[in-house]
Amino acid sequence: MENGANAVDVMILERNKNLIVKIMGDIDQHNAEEIREKVDKAFERSRCGHMIFDFSGVAFMDSSGIGLLIGRYKNVRSRGGTVAIANMNHDLGRIYNISGLKKIIGSFDSLDQAEKQAENRRARA
Amino acid sequence: MIYDNEVSISMSARSQNEAFARMAAAAFAASLDPLLGDLTDIKTAVSEAVTNAIIHGYENKDGLVFITLRSYGAEIIITVTDEGVGIEDLEQAMTPLYTSKPELERSGMGFTIMETFMDHVQVTSAPGRGTTVEMRKTIARQGRKSDFDCLFTGLGGAGER
Repeated sequence: MENGANAVDVMILERNKNLIVKIMGDIDQHNAEEIREKVDKAFERSRCGHMIFDFSGVAFMDSSGIGLLIGRYKNVRSRGGTVAIANMNHDLGRIYNISGLKKIIGSFDSLDQAEKQAENRRARA
Repeated sequence: MIYDNEVSISMSARSQNEAFARMAAAAFAASLDPLLGDLTDIKTAVSEAVTNAIIHGYENKDGLVFITLRSYGAEIIITVTDEGVGIEDLEQAMTPLYTSKPELERSGMGFTIMETFMDHVQVTSAPGRGTTVEMRKTIARQGRKSDFDCLFTGLGGAGER
């Protein structure tokens, strides 16, 4: 069994007006609340337009993750920004596809790609 | 019916037990030598059912969630039961994107995910008496010999162990 199975770490940094949120741990109802609080607080304080989730440390996500992402999407949209996901593993891809999330939140193979996309959006705006 | 293997769990309806529940289900299913994708499907479906029991069945109040894990041949049969408020309108509850708790940022995808990731989902519920979700899935065994494996065995591979 994984160590500290129901613990989650959230690392948040600002880079080029993107709020980059790295989640390390599972995303379920239990952890989603903690992630939501931390991300919303950081987003409110920041002047970031876009939000990018780095999922390289996420091995598991259930529908709580969908709710979490849609909620953040609504917040970020109110500032005219976008939400993107980077480094999502294959298993999470299924739930991402079923949920219809891909229509509103892009998934990128790397953080670098997600940041470039945000940069392009800014250039067009 | 006599099952090949059977495990029962009763646990407090607390969200920190969601991880325990899905890992127990994965550990149980692992003895059937499943593909990794099937294991993820089972973990996700169990996580959805247990979350429903905690936040809808017991509305985040005290209670016990009962889980049974059974296997018969390559099939795994999982039940998740709560003795909470029950579901009044089952059809509505199982409609994709419907949620009675939008304030908790629920996506309304729980039952849809259970139905997509498992072969068969049956929900029994009565208002005031609780809810049981039974889910079944036939496991694609990792060790099952494919035509590809047989080809190599035929060419003088390791053969049957």
